[in-house]
Amino acid sequence: MAETGVFERKESRPPPIRQTGAWEWAREHLFGTVTNTILTLLGLYLIYLLIPPIVQWAILDANISGSSRAVCEANPDGACWTFIKVRFTQLMFGLYFGANPEQVWRPTLAFIVFAALIAWLTLPPTPYKPQVALFTLIGFPIFTYAVVQGEWLGLPAANVEEWGGFLLTLTLASVGIVMALPIGILLALGRRSQLPIIRAISVIYIEFWRGTPLITILFMASVMLPLFFPSEVDFNKVVRAMVGITLFQSAYTAEAIRGGLSAIPRGQYEAADALGLGYWQKMIFIILPQALRISIPGIVNTFIALFKDTSLVSIIGLLDLLNMAQTASRSIEWKGYDFEAYVFAALIFFICTYGMSRYSQYIERKLDRETQR
Amino acid sequence: MSRNNRIPFYRNPVYRGIAVQITVLALVLWALYTIFTNTVANLNERGIQTGFGFLTETAPFAVGFSPFIDYKLGETPYWVVFLIGIQNTIIVSVLGILAATILGFIVGVARLSPNFLLSRFASVYVEIFRNTPLLLQIMFWNFAVFLPLFPGPRESITVGEEIFLNNRGLYLPKPILTESVGAWALLAAVVMGIFAIFAFNRWAKAKQYHTGYRPPGRLYGLLTLVVLVFLVFLIFPAPLSFEIPELGRFNLTGGIQVPLPLFSLWFALTTYTAAFIAENVRGGINSVSKGQTEAAASLGLKRPTMLRLVIIPQAMRVIIPPTISQYLNLTKNSSLAVAVAYEELVNLWAGIALNQTGQALVIIAMTILVYETLSLLTSGILNWYNRRVQVVER
Amino acid sequence: MRALGLAISTFAALALSVMPASAATLDEVKERGHLQCGVDGGIPGFSAPDDEGNMAGIDADYCYALAAAIFGDSSKVKFTNLTAKERFTALTSGEIDVLSRNTTDTLTRDATLGVNFTYYNYIDGQGFLVKKDLGVTSATQLSGAKVCVQAGTTTELNLADYFRVNDMEFEPVVYDTSVQTREGFDGGACDVLTSDKSQLAAIRTELADPEGAVILPETISKEPLGPAVRQGDDQWHDIVRWTLFALINAEELGVNSENVDQMREESTNPSVRRLLGVEGTMGENLGLSNDWAYNAIKQVGNYGEIYERNVEPLGLEREGSVNALWTEGGILYAPPIR
Repeated sequence: MAETGVFERKESRPPPIRQTGAWEWAREHLFGTVTNTILTLLGLYLIYLLIPPIVQWAILDANISGSSRAVCEANPDGACWTFIKVRFTQLMFGLYFGANPEQVWRPTLAFIVFAALIAWLTLPPTPYKPQVALFTLIGFPIFTYAVVQGEWLGLPAANVEEWGGFLLTLTLASVGIVMALPIGILLALGRRSQLPIIRAISVIYIEFWRGTPLITILFMASVMLPLFFPSEVDFNKVVRAMVGITLFQSAYTAEAIRGGLSAIPRGQYEAADALGLGYWQKMIFIILPQALRISIPGIVNTFIALFKDTSLVSIIGLLDLLNMAQTASRSIEWKGYDFEAYVFAALIFFICTYGMSRYSQYIERKLDRETQR
Repeated sequence: MSRNNRIPFYRNPVYRGIAVQITVLALVLWALYTIFTNTVANLNERGIQTGFGFLTETAPFAVGFSPFIDYKLGETPYWVVFLIGIQNTIIVSVLGILAATILGFIVGVARLSPNFLLSRFASVYVEIFRNTPLLLQIMFWNFAVFLPLFPGPRESITVGEEIFLNNRGLYLPKPILTESVGAWALLAAVVMGIFAIFAFNRWAKAKQYHTGYRPPGRLYGLLTLVVLVFLVFLIFPAPLSFEIPELGRFNLTGGIQVPLPLFSLWFALTTYTAAFIAENVRGGINSVSKGQTEAAASLGLKRPTMLRLVIIPQAMRVIIPPTISQYLNLTKNSSLAVAVAYEELVNLWAGIALNQTGQALVIIAMTILVYETLSLLTSGILNWYNRRVQVVER
Repeated sequence: MRALGLAISTFAALALSVMPASAATLDEVKERGHLQCGVDGGIPGFSAPDDEGNMAGIDADYCYALAAAIFGDSSKVKFTNLTAKERFTALTSGEIDVLSRNTTDTLTRDATLGVNFTYYNYIDGQGFLVKKDLGVTSATQLSGAKVCVQAGTTTELNLADYFRVNDMEFEPVVYDTSVQTREGFDGGACDVLTSDKSQLAAIRTELADPEGAVILPETISKEPLGPAVRQGDDQWHDIVRWTLFALINAEELGVNSENVDQMREESTNPSVRRLLGVEGTMGENLGLSNDWAYNAIKQVGNYGEIYERNVEPLGLEREGSVNALWTEGGILYAPPIR
């Protein structure tokens, strides 16, 4: 029986070595193979190259005291946060509030209320969410306008043209999303409609605005919008930017909601039809409430994009956060501190958008869990 | 008499549908008509002249960057300026797309690397670049980094006396085919070399089919190409000459010039878009079912081989559509060039030309038309691709 | 659905029918309670915020004077910062009442853009600013240079013409705003910056190293800068024009913000008396009050004072320049108020 060797039983391999513990983790994730080890060493070197100088520049050697350029010039190795400190009100609220520090409480109050509303809406265990959401969408903008603009309350007027900095960035983005929402819903319904003309109009509208860069739309809004309306109607620059942003954003919102609509199972439509509901009843009571909920992550994502894109208004000369930072760093007083200005603006944008994207991911996971019964 | 007839016509869904559509259409047409009449009235009232006549007039200003279309100050008409704008948009977009794809793939794969540090780096990169405005990044690189950090033209950073980098841009030697037999030979060598790569590849495939062993066909092909080109250089005197940038009174002249605005814009577009492409790549790789990875691992494939042969080919179906959208986004985003003075379509045409002519209507319409065309083209490609992939998938 | 259609159409109709038509800018301005004035906002000496954030400069001062002439209160003016691109649209669309933004009067602009120019508050000419270490002493040595220039200006066109006529080559680096242009030049994106000479003087003071840059002697263009209004409102055009003339005439007649009260009481010169509204109905002819010029001069000063306050600190001497009065060898020549 010469063939016995072929079927000879082999010893089992030893069980895999223990996979837990710090050393094992490091072996698995850092030094598993030669390539891995090389990559790890390179990574460590990169950290060594990057982190200490950044910390040194931004924190250890940084200037924050005083209020004049001299402080920073005396210590040129560190970041000049003094500059940001001195111009902080301007960067946050624009030139008017920068020049009138006694009025700064107005936008600050609006910011605090806004933060409270957002916290209420995003933290899970709070009651009356729908009511608060409705207030945030409708009541809060009016409140903000009343407090920050001020004329209705007998305060010195700070017209929207005089808002700037982060305040303007938030205003533009919020107006964009709030105004775009109803238009977006109608367009999304239109695009899924059975009626060919309605569908065609919606598709053309959506694709037209999605195909054009926002900056061109802003140019169009600032140069051509006045031509489209009778000469008595005049908009100021900020309103024109808002119109441009709304038109642009509504197309993206529509696409996000369309995604939600198409995720609704057919059965829901059929059930509504079986109940004898008309088109609007069906949409308002059955389909949209479900579709909008599913669309939230998508809408938040378009909002994130919009929030970043509002910085484009600096090209048409509005003093949003980016333009304000730039203007400040180009003033004679603080010339040459561009780096600090950009880093500061980037940090604010980053905190907001990163927060929002995390929130959208959280909602997505939550929705996933809820739908997987 | 059927039941249907008893429903009054205004409750019949068919008629209602038609009525609604006619109403909406009428509203839209009315709105467009109002806009049109208002515009005409406003133009007349304000004494603004409009029309396409200016397109054939000579452009009275200078265009700084136009590598392929000849621009001659005082002779070139406006419509050529329009073409130059499109040309420059295409240049920065193509360069950006190429670089962003490569960088995006590297970062995306790195993000899923088993190496903890590497994946952390990749995700920090993605989060930072995705979550700050592109315009801010463009200005940051141009005004806070490149302009102050790169030296002036006199103190350029040089690589081997041929490549120069300074705060005016990047200067590369420009290959010029000399008019000789050598030039033709070189051309022939390159064509043959490329052909050899394909041929060897086919041969390698066939070999693998028959023997299970795949010879490195591409390598052989590449070697052939190199040897052929080398031979040409050996046999013929100077088939190719290089125009090396030289320092003039103010700037470097000659060679291939990449002005700093283009460089900054390209750099910012690349790093920004790469972050999004990396996310697409990650999503695509994650969409490949775990069984595939495990199957590949049990075949004994190493991770790079596994990625190359098993995972990425399957992931491509998921990666490609959103990445094509990113290409379109990059092209549209190149319009932010106005911040750094690169003369692409929006800056040159909807900016400079618009200012000098005052022809807002015509110029903006032409600009939008270009982007709409690009957008339609992209969605056409996407639809075609999706259809093709669907057939494969079943 | 029909209800919805109705709602949409009502809304659209409402949106399109705001306010009745009225072409009279003066009435609009009075009703609004303030003058809306378009300026650059970034050019020291012409219009730039001062330390308190108030707009200051020769262009801004003209707007203060116009507000004083209309309302008797120079503070009733609000400023809109405009880029070169936006300025004419902002004016023709009614966003601003008057454009006082160092804007050059040219035939094309006057004839095709729907605007009317009035007179000049600063007569300028285009020049070149270069870094000293390049060793350039004349604009004729600039062949091969990169030139920073602002988009959408006559500057851009003069630049092209000048280099073409002199058979020289250049590469433009075209920025959107004057501030960006300055930053580009300062950062080294170009060898030369070209702009109106008054602006060059201002820009030079703002460079990181002002001593390291010089303005070349050549002046390559005529740049008469002054306020502009939109076409179709002759009364408003007259008001804007004559307010400027009043400031220039005041200087010629020796009336300034210090002595204006005294002059109004005591002067026997009929020209002064007409200017200050003691005699005749000059202001009323324009649709303003008779003390229009008095208010402007009292609150803002005459042309000479405005120049001295804003432009002289830039190092631009008035004496012997074209911006002197015609009586002193310049070309500022205001028609008589009578």
